[in-house]
Amino acid sequence: MAKVDWPAADKRTLLGKRISRVDGPAKTTGAAKYSFDINRPGMLWAKLVTSAHPKAEVVSIDLSAATALPGVKASWKDEQVKEVQYVGQILAAVAAETEEIATEAARLVRVEYKPSEAIIRDSDPALAKDKPAAREQGKVEEALAKADVVHTGNYGCPVITHCCLESHGQVTDFKDGELLVWPSTQNVSRWADRLGEAVDVPQNKIRVDCQYMGGGFGSKFAYDRWGMIGATLSKQTGRPVKLMLERDVEMLIAGNRPSAYAKVKLGAQKDGLVTAVDTEVWGTSGVGGSIPDRFPYIFTEVPNARTTATRIMTNRGRAAAWRAPNHPQLCFITMSAFADLAAALKMDELEFFMKNAALTKDRAAVYQEELKIAADLIGYKQKAHPRGDKAAGPIKRGLGISMHTWGGRGHPSECDVTIHPDGSVEAKIATQDLGVGTRTCVGMVVAETLGLPLDRVKVEIGRSEYPPSGASGGSTTIGGISVSCRTAATNALNALLENVSKRLGVAADALEASGGAIRETAKPSNQISWKDACASLGPNPITKRGVNVPGDSEKANLTSQGVGGVQIADVSVDIETGVVTMNEMVAVQDCGLVVNLKLAESQVYGGLIMGITYALFEEAVYDVRTGQMLNADMEFYRLAGLQDVGTLKVHMMTGKDYDGRGVIGLGEPPVISPGAAIANAVANACGVRVPNLPLTPERVLTTLSQKGGLA
Amino acid sequence: MTDPHDAPEPAPPEVTNVSRRGFLKGFGAGTVATSLLSPAAMREAAAAENGGWTGPGEIPVSLKVNGTTRQLRVEPRVTLLDALRNRLDLTGPKKVCDRGTCGACTVLVDGHPAYSCSMLAVEAEGRAITTVEGIGTPEQMNAVQKAFVEHDAQQCGFCTPGFVTAATGFVRKHPNSTPEEICKGLGGNLCRCGTYAGMLLVAADLAKAKGGV
Repeated sequence: MAKVDWPAADKRTLLGKRISRVDGPAKTTGAAKYSFDINRPGMLWAKLVTSAHPKAEVVSIDLSAATALPGVKASWKDEQVKEVQYVGQILAAVAAETEEIATEAARLVRVEYKPSEAIIRDSDPALAKDKPAAREQGKVEEALAKADVVHTGNYGCPVITHCCLESHGQVTDFKDGELLVWPSTQNVSRWADRLGEAVDVPQNKIRVDCQYMGGGFGSKFAYDRWGMIGATLSKQTGRPVKLMLERDVEMLIAGNRPSAYAKVKLGAQKDGLVTAVDTEVWGTSGVGGSIPDRFPYIFTEVPNARTTATRIMTNRGRAAAWRAPNHPQLCFITMSAFADLAAALKMDELEFFMKNAALTKDRAAVYQEELKIAADLIGYKQKAHPRGDKAAGPIKRGLGISMHTWGGRGHPSECDVTIHPDGSVEAKIATQDLGVGTRTCVGMVVAETLGLPLDRVKVEIGRSEYPPSGASGGSTTIGGISVSCRTAATNALNALLENVSKRLGVAADALEASGGAIRETAKPSNQISWKDACASLGPNPITKRGVNVPGDSEKANLTSQGVGGVQIADVSVDIETGVVTMNEMVAVQDCGLVVNLKLAESQVYGGLIMGITYALFEEAVYDVRTGQMLNADMEFYRLAGLQDVGTLKVHMMTGKDYDGRGVIGLGEPPVISPGAAIANAVANACGVRVPNLPLTPERVLTTLSQKGGLA
Repeated sequence: MTDPHDAPEPAPPEVTNVSRRGFLKGFGAGTVATSLLSPAAMREAAAAENGGWTGPGEIPVSLKVNGTTRQLRVEPRVTLLDALRNRLDLTGPKKVCDRGTCGACTVLVDGHPAYSCSMLAVEAEGRAITTVEGIGTPEQMNAVQKAFVEHDAQQCGFCTPGFVTAATGFVRKHPNSTPEEICKGLGGNLCRCGTYAGMLLVAADLAKAKGGV
């Protein structure tokens, strides 16, 4: 019988290879239909009415002028709301024959408010209503008193948004008692969880379809308020309703990454080994959610560590998981403080991180290997210099290092694989493709297992009626789906082997699928083509299910968790203009068994670029008086462009030591380090620490003028 | 399969058989003789009877998209992007920033890349509009599209049609560009997933193609 174990490296035909994504042609030609692109016959457009104030009593919501407008077909308002908590809070909605009429109607909704004082500022812990939460291991005060060197520094990163290019929302069609929904989601199987009770439709009468989605990054798991409103408006009219958030509303309410500001005190021995870390952190996750508080990042074995975390509730939109939740902030704060300590010790940053990698518990050897590779890739030895580039002229160059970790354990997942009598193969699984290439990976795993070329497998994903598979969060998808698909394909293959064993005159467990044939493993010439083998099934196809049960698949080494990565940035800082330019950045990343090298590298490149973006450009700027987000658009909320990223190099850790761990998630880890690595590089270049992200010209110049810098 | 998700999506009703008679009826018998006129002439005639104003209601517009002339009715304030997406079901151009920043809505207007979110449908009348659907199909991609697939210069893919259209327009117009110039030419487009590493390779390929896309 065929085994579920991953094939040995020399037996792999598809796994680990560089294969272009199968839906690439659909995406590059506009043929791919995203949720935003779904147009249904008779469809209405819905627009939301949202709060203009960060905090106010809602006296009344008057829909009469809006609903009187010709073409308006349905409306909804929040009957319960007494007080709004943030600008952008949804209060009402209208649906109309055209998008223009709906926009017009939304403007006609009259909301009467009694504004009251709001808390907007997130950088002052004195504003916090929550009590600080404290955690301590060892004896921090004693250790700091005994340390050979102590460094104290302040660091901070602001709230940033998800800015998914496809905004949040869905098309909803309530027909014949059934709710069909095309949401933009990371969670096909469970997007509709509890929507049934919210809109009074039996849960089993809700069907979800998401073939393509335009980015989620952690903000598209649940049906959300707009999912409920869309269903309500469709139920009212019996017509399909498209409700997609406007860009400003997406930025205000559809999720964001909490801010984190910290005062860090470190103690170390003369040789650079850190002995104590004391972190006071504060920040906001808007009206709800947590802030990063697991300090020190990755160096969990520092014997004495204390964290005091203060969450500041602000009248701003709620935070959501943002690619590697909390890790980028934890990483930026810890790695910045560590690099500053190295500078205080006049110790080389690479040597310092190499030494302190010992404090990362069982991942020390991986980090040390990765640090060495990253240093070689960027030419560390040739380029490194102590803090403050002494070169003449205003352009100063520097290197900065960071390290990160992530879990990435495969989520629960089920898949059905069908082998048809005509030799065609189909895999069905209610997973989703966020852009990582899930569709391609499903096909590769099934084709590899059946000894077929990739194009012989028809992959069906994105529909809730397929076998359930977990949400794409926490980098859990590739581990989950690769195991369920591998298992389903193996089960189906074994049924086929049973079927042809008599014809080949050997037992099924002496057979294998390879090169488009079923053959005797010991005597490959004894074979039957795939087509003939399938024809022997008669009229009935084989359909078998495969299930990933996380604990079990880890024991079987099919998947596991816990990865390490190292990044080094090479930047130039113009100390006259304050502009930071990316010269080069390298990422060395481990993720266990790589399913598709091309797509895996794309994830890491993407992480680097998204990281460069938040390091240099991204910040949700709020007016502290009015509570308005001043850059809820894409002009002043800046994303990096093609010319902002410099040269990027990615090195994936592959080979036996890594392969043997099974498949582990990769989407999140590479986005964690860039903020820290780039900030450390800027400090190395200009000799002073720019304490807050993003590293805008204004911040760089302010720091240089206050702290002097190297010049 | 009988899944209603599979049901074909008929063209939205606005697209088919624009009723000129129905439109003109509102403006009195005097304008019936104009029924052979172009939409632009019809609008002028209608405006003449409307105190010189066009709109605010729907007006007839004729758009030449991907080589085919399409008649539709939109309010004068409707952008080219919304007309393409909402009326003609050409959803390759995406609505992302809706403010002329991100380039996801890029189309070619007389061969030049343009933000279709920042142009009115009526302004596009009489001009040759090419959307990404008119550049290639999954079965027959142009050289730009092939390079985007080959170098995996796409993840979620929502920005990709805009990049592909902008790149196609740029290299056709500047066949002897260097990779750096092509990257500069794509400076009006933004990606969130971080696919620029692949795009740098695309730019290198396109520089070699010398405009043959």
